[in-house]
Amino acid sequence: MDPVAAKFIGAGLACLGMGGAAIGVGSVFGQFLSGALRNPSAADGQQGRLFLGFALAEAFGIFSLLIALLLLFVL
Amino acid sequence: MKINPIEQFDISALMSLGSLGNYHFAFTNSSAYMVLCFAIIALVTLLAVRGDNLVPGRLQSAVEAIYEFMVDTVRQSAGEEGMKFFPFVFSIFAFVLVCNLIGLVPYSFSITSHIIITASLAILVFVIVIGYGFWKNGLGFLQLFAPSGVPGWLMPLIVVIEIISFLSRPLSLSVRLFANMLAGHMALSIIASFVAILLGAGLWAILAPLPLAMTVALVALEALVAVLQAYVFAILTCIYLNDALHPHH
Repeated sequence: MDPVAAKFIGAGLACLGMGGAAIGVGSVFGQFLSGALRNPSAADGQQGRLFLGFALAEAFGIFSLLIALLLLFVL
Repeated sequence: MKINPIEQFDISALMSLGSLGNYHFAFTNSSAYMVLCFAIIALVTLLAVRGDNLVPGRLQSAVEAIYEFMVDTVRQSAGEEGMKFFPFVFSIFAFVLVCNLIGLVPYSFSITSHIIITASLAILVFVIVIGYGFWKNGLGFLQLFAPSGVPGWLMPLIVVIEIISFLSRPLSLSVRLFANMLAGHMALSIIASFVAILLGAGLWAILAPLPLAMTVALVALEALVAVLQAYVFAILTCIYLNDALHPHH
């Protein structure tokens, strides 16, 4: 297979990883909302952890995007 | 016309500082922006505390709010003994925050979109955690890899897994910040180039406001990501320092 074509195919496949990250991020915010709607007064105290959880979950999606970008532009 | 979103990350030498064997040292555009970042932080904080009022003005309130926010973060994650690391954590937070935000200005250069910068910061944190952990706890620091309540037959596997997850910390810390900044700026460059391409395509120019609106929304998202990634870097530093301060689970 032509190596440039293989790189493009690889980059497209690498982007599938972001689906999992999207599910993870949605899960973080969804659980936070369901807890916050049951106990609204305690919700503001946990906002720091919410953003920390969001960033950690999104990081893996960004890792897979990084592989795609590496394949397209660097290698 | 080929879109080249990667050339915005080129490092150019502004002033050569000589060479040592095969390594060439130079004052680059990256270094210039780092000096600018330092100047902004120093200027803002020094101007804020110059008045020294008991009832603070606007700038003083803003800087005090950021300071208090970091004090609470460090105290919550690392406890009272963690406060001795507060200058370090605050410096990292301020540097990463201002570097990320400077990168959002059009035609500027984002320092943290290079792996060498974020890896240097992450390795610094990692070395401090290991160094302080061994200095304060001696070999008891290795208790970190053997959590309590694990049955004996599972222990070897758990220790290996814990060591691997510990060694992945500087890797994930650096790549998270680097990839977020890189992906964000590349997406901005590509979507913004769509505006130019549409404008130059004759009748399709009627659609040009659409990628422009997308660019505006993307800049707002990138601003949020810039602040958030600085906060995440700082709070993960605090959590890793907590592991050095209190290695027993």
